[in-house]
Amino acid sequence: MKILAIDSSAQVASVAVLSDNAVLAEYSVDYRKTHSQTLLPMIDEVLRMTETAKEDITAIAVAAGPGSFTGLRIGAATVKGLAMVWNVPIIPVSTVAGLACNLAGTDDLVCPLMDARRGQVYTGVYGFDGSTIVEYVPDACMTIDPLIEKINALGRKVTFVGDALSVFQEKLKSSVTVPYSLAPVHLAKQSAASVGWLGVKLLAEGRTVSAEEFVPTYLRISQAEREREERLEGK
Amino acid sequence: MKPTYILAIESSCDETAAAVVRNGREVLSNIISSQIALHTLYGGVVPEIASRKHIEKINPVITEALAKANMTLDEIDAIAVTYGPGLVGSLLVGVAEAKAIAYAAGKPLIGVHHIEGHVSANYISHPELEPPFLCLVVSGGHTHIVMVEDYGTYRIIGRTHDDAAGEAYDKIARAIGLGYPGGPKVDALSKQGDPEAIAFPRAHIEDCPYDFSFSGLKSAVLNYINIEKMKLRDAAKNAASDAGESTGADEFVRHGVPTGGDAEGTEACPDTFSDGITKADLAASFQAAVVDVLVTRTIAAAKAEGVTTVAIAGGVASNSALRNRMREVGEANGMKVLYPEPVLCTDNAAMIGAAAYYEYLRGNVADLTLNAVPGLKLGER
Repeated sequence: MKILAIDSSAQVASVAVLSDNAVLAEYSVDYRKTHSQTLLPMIDEVLRMTETAKEDITAIAVAAGPGSFTGLRIGAATVKGLAMVWNVPIIPVSTVAGLACNLAGTDDLVCPLMDARRGQVYTGVYGFDGSTIVEYVPDACMTIDPLIEKINALGRKVTFVGDALSVFQEKLKSSVTVPYSLAPVHLAKQSAASVGWLGVKLLAEGRTVSAEEFVPTYLRISQAEREREERLEGK
Repeated sequence: MKPTYILAIESSCDETAAAVVRNGREVLSNIISSQIALHTLYGGVVPEIASRKHIEKINPVITEALAKANMTLDEIDAIAVTYGPGLVGSLLVGVAEAKAIAYAAGKPLIGVHHIEGHVSANYISHPELEPPFLCLVVSGGHTHIVMVEDYGTYRIIGRTHDDAAGEAYDKIARAIGLGYPGGPKVDALSKQGDPEAIAFPRAHIEDCPYDFSFSGLKSAVLNYINIEKMKLRDAAKNAASDAGESTGADEFVRHGVPTGGDAEGTEACPDTFSDGITKADLAASFQAAVVDVLVTRTIAAAKAEGVTTVAIAGGVASNSALRNRMREVGEANGMKVLYPEPVLCTDNAAMIGAAAYYEYLRGNVADLTLNAVPGLKLGER
């Protein structure tokens, strides 16, 4: 059994091949190149390097969102195409939970911060019971202040990960009252190995969808819809 | 010879489409999932909403195209996809999906230019058609006179300097309260109107005999409507002051200029104007001005190029006035005028499969790095 895992939710493009208990390959690029051009050649590379035939692939794990709308859709369309032809299920993995799994097994709480622009973050708070991930604050798109309130209320040491660390570093310093640390650079960004690691567990629980059913989880409506709602509410 | 089957995917704007085409000419299936109803709320296509809809619809549409053609992916020879021009977010869904399918199934991938697709719709509707011929491509995003020298070899002879013809239709339709999409609605209303009721301008562009400009025409129509609205307001004001009331006038002044968004809050266009001219007359006069420049310039270009076959393509190619007038003027000049059936004029994947076939024959295969190119030029690869 092998799992192909993909994360294209932000600037990092990351793909990995996992077996039950090993990461056979991971290939990540954090550079300004479009996922549209890099993702499929990277998938081709990891499958060839691990001598993975399509018959070997049991399922495809994908960072389903939140994240960059376009990035999520490039990943989604790619896995929907692959899964349709290979006739395998898709395992949707929360991008936020996937980031938290970069620190799987830690005793701290983990709070991923993904830059959602407009002063907001895609975030959530997770912890680990041995190797089982536990959700403390569900994934959401929110401003930093209410998030910090929730973290302070949890009253436990927390490690922040994600690409918005640099944006909110000062804010964390001034407002977080619990002990906290920032993940080192090699653990701070999206990793397909983490998505795959969580994906293997979700697969065992049967939490898969078909290629036809899968759509990204945006956690934010489009600007046009938001403006229309505001207009209808007479704001 | 063994036939060639192409599975084609199109998602450049607001239609999610897939088709199976045999030898570039025979459509085995042509599935189109339209989002028009969704975008009507916003008065035009919203890119982010379009992209989200594409990702929901693309797999069912492809599955249905294969099922309707009674084929499996194994029997398909190549995968084709529109990679530009269009909305980047929309294009990316089709491109990423097509690349993944081609890769997973081990099939060649062919990137197709959207406009070349529109031109190639004529190959489906007219099996005898072969280059060279001249083609007018008119849609919501494009207005081009294209010389088709050979399969896959195009030369642009004329283009719009501002709005596309279909865009002008959408804006006028919105101004007179017909809604989106404007083309078919203006066309239908025009049938009840007098095309000579109002003399709208026909723009000529210095030194570019085959180019177009529709912004002047659009402004002329909008000005006409605004002047008529003003006349109505004045008349109402006079009537109100005659009656010794002032509240009546406020009714008309309170509304703002049309915002182009929801129908709510925009001042309705009157159904009749001064001198007994109706909204239908206005629509017909606008349409006559558009059709006039499209036809005269296309036929002039065909004469200059020395071709005797003229084709029309794109969404506006299903406009009845354009079809009739082009045929009339073309035939008077000894030319054969062709256009695709309406379902092949709108954005669809069958036309992409038709264009892809000739690229496939010439060995133009794309690799896994194929990207969406929103501003892709005709003839560029």
